[in-house]
Amino acid sequence: MTLIYLILAFLIAISLFVNKNKAINVSLVCLFVILQWAYTIYACFNFRNIELDYFTFDSLGILLLITLSVISIPAMIHSFIYIRNNNEETPQSRGIYFAAIVGLITAISAGYLSNHIAVTWIFTELTTLCASALIYHHRNKLALEGTWKYIFICAISITFIFIGILFLSLSLQHAGSDDLSFKNLLSNAGNLNPFWLQLAFLFIFTGFTAKLGLVPMFTAGIDAKDNAPGPAAALLTSILTNLGFVGVFRFYIVVANTPLHHWANLVIGITAVLSVFVSTVYMIKVKNIKRMFGYSGIEHMGLVMLGLAAGGVGYYAAILHIVLHALVKSSLFFQYNQLYRVFQTKSIYHIGNYFKYNATGAMVLLFGFIFATAMPPSGLFVSEFLIFKSLFEANQIIVLIIILLLLTMIIWAFGKNMFKILFIPAIGFNDKTVPKISSWESVTQIILLVASVYFGLNPPKEFVQLINESIMLLPI
Amino acid sequence: MINVLLITFLITLFYMAIANRLLTYINVLALQGVLLFFVVFLQLNEISTLNLVLILLETIVFKSIAVPVFLAYVLKRNKITREAEPFLPNFVSLIITTVIVVTTILLANIIKDTHLDKIFFVVALSTLFTGLYFIATRRKIITHVMGYMVIENGVFVLSLAVGNEMPMLVNLGIMLDIFASVLILGIFLNKIGDVFKDIDVNQLSNLKDY
Repeated sequence: MTLIYLILAFLIAISLFVNKNKAINVSLVCLFVILQWAYTIYACFNFRNIELDYFTFDSLGILLLITLSVISIPAMIHSFIYIRNNNEETPQSRGIYFAAIVGLITAISAGYLSNHIAVTWIFTELTTLCASALIYHHRNKLALEGTWKYIFICAISITFIFIGILFLSLSLQHAGSDDLSFKNLLSNAGNLNPFWLQLAFLFIFTGFTAKLGLVPMFTAGIDAKDNAPGPAAALLTSILTNLGFVGVFRFYIVVANTPLHHWANLVIGITAVLSVFVSTVYMIKVKNIKRMFGYSGIEHMGLVMLGLAAGGVGYYAAILHIVLHALVKSSLFFQYNQLYRVFQTKSIYHIGNYFKYNATGAMVLLFGFIFATAMPPSGLFVSEFLIFKSLFEANQIIVLIIILLLLTMIIWAFGKNMFKILFIPAIGFNDKTVPKISSWESVTQIILLVASVYFGLNPPKEFVQLINESIMLLPI
Repeated sequence: MINVLLITFLITLFYMAIANRLLTYINVLALQGVLLFFVVFLQLNEISTLNLVLILLETIVFKSIAVPVFLAYVLKRNKITREAEPFLPNFVSLIITTVIVVTTILLANIIKDTHLDKIFFVVALSTLFTGLYFIATRRKIITHVMGYMVIENGVFVLSLAVGNEMPMLVNLGIMLDIFASVLILGIFLNKIGDVFKDIDVNQLSNLKDY
C-alpha cells in the first residue's frame, strides 16, 4: 500500500503540474485527499506493521499522520479560496502550486513513517524541493529572496544531517553492525562509540533545526512562512515542523538509551532556552503578522524541546504539544488570508479594527491568540503546564523562572499586536472597498481550534495510548 | 598515494583562500573533482564494479566538468565582475584557514579509532569548515554557491572513509550532491541572475520584521 500510495501521489502531482483545466484540477486534488485518507486509515488498521522494509506504522508516525491528514483538508479548501481570489493566478501557476502541495504532503507522510534514518533524511530533502516551489509562488523579488535563503540554508542543513549519518555509521561500526534503521540502532545502543555518537547527534540535531525552527537554523523557516501563500505557510508551520521533530525525536530515543543521555539533554535544553529567548526578542519588535506567527512557532518548538530535555512527564507533554500546536497554528495561518483580503497588507501598522469587517474571522483570531499563548481553555495550556511541571520535577527552577519571564513578554508582545489588529482602527484605511467575507470560510479554523481544546482537556483513550506508546522506549 | 592526493586536496583549500578571481575558484573546484576521482579509484576497492563506475562518473563528469562549466557559464551570462570581493583581506583568510586545519588535526589526534583513517577525517572536516568560512566572508552570491560546493566535496571525502563498509552512504552522498547542486544552481541560473543584476548579498536584505 505504501508503494501504491507513493506512486499514485506522484502521478497525481505530475498530472496537476501539466493540467490546465480547472475542473480536472479540482478533481485531482479531491482524489489526492481521498488517497491521503485511505492511506491514513490503512495505516491505522495495520498498526505496527512494516512495509517495504523502510516504513513502519508505529504510534508516533500514526499520530502525526492523522494530524497531517486532518490539516490537509482545510489546507486544500483554503488553497482553492486563495487561488480564486488572487487575480494574478494562471492555470500554470495553479498547477505548480497544487503539485507542490501534493508533493509536500506525500514526502512528509513518508518521512513520518520511515524507520530508517537515511530514508527520513531523503524525504526531508524532498520537502525542501516542494516547499521552495510554494515559497516562490508569487514570483517577485521578495519571494525570490526568501526562496534563495530557504534553499541555501536547507541545503546546508541537509548536508549537516548527512555528515551526522556518516558519523553515526562510524559509531555503529564499533557495534559490528551496518544497518542504520532506528530499531537496530536502539538494540545496539549500548555498543555505540560515544565520541562519534556525540558528533553525530550534534550534526543531525543542528541539521533538523532548519525544519524544526530552532536556534541556529530558524531564520530560513521564518522567511519561508513570510513569503509562502497562507495555506502553504500553514502546512510549513505545522506538519513540516513536525517532520523535523520526528527526525530529532527518533534519534533522540537512541541517544537517550546510551550513557550520553544527560549530555544530549543539556544540548537540547540550551537550544530550547535560546530559541525561546530569540523568539521573545523578535516578537517584541515584529510588525509583520505572518512573521509574528512564525516566531510564535519557534517559541513553541523551544518549549517542546524543553519538555524532552526535562524528561518524566515532559515526554508526554512534548508529543501532546506538537500535535495541538499544529492544529492551533495552522488555523491562525488559514485565517490570515482573509485578513489580507480585507487590508491588503501584512504590516500591523496598517491593519486594525478587524471586528468591524469580519466578526467571525476576528473571533477566530482572538481565540487563536488565546490558544497560541496557552491560556485556558486552550489545550496547549495543559501541555505547557505539564512541561513546566516536568522542569520543576527535574529541579530546573532557574530555567523555569527564565522561561516563565520570557513567555510573559511573548504574551505581552503577541497580545499588543493582536489587540491592535482586532480593535484599534488603522489610520488612513479606506474601508469603502472592503470585500464581504463569508463566515463559512472560518468554519474549518473553528473546528481545528475546538479540536485542540478537546484533545488537550479531554483526550480520548486511544490518543493517550498512542502518545504513551511513542515515548515508551525512552528511559524514565 | 591516497595521502598525497588528500594533502593536495588540502592545499587547494589554501590556494582558494588567497585566490582573487572567480575563475580561479572554478578551476580549483574542477581540480578538486579530479583529485576525488583518483581517491575514489584507489580507496574503494571492495565495492561492486557498477557502483564504482557510477561514483567515478559522478566525480569526473559532475564535479569536475558539469559544475565548473555551468558556473563559468553563469559568470559570463550575468556579467559578474571577476574579483571575489571578500570582506576580509586574503592574508587573514589564509591565517583562518590554517587555524581551521590545525584545529582539526589536533582534534583528530585525540581520537583513538582503528576504523577510521585519520587523514580522511582531517581533510573532510577542514574542508567543511573552510567552506562555511568562505560562505560567511565572501560578498557575492555565486561565491556562496562555490563555498557550498566545497562543503559538498568535504562531505564526499568523509563518505569515502566509510565507503568500503557502507557503499550505500556514498551513493546517498552522491544523491545529495546532485540534488542540492541542481536545486541551487537551477534557481541561480533561472532567477537570481535575472532579478538581481549586480549580485551581492547586501541586496538580499529586504525581508524584514516590520
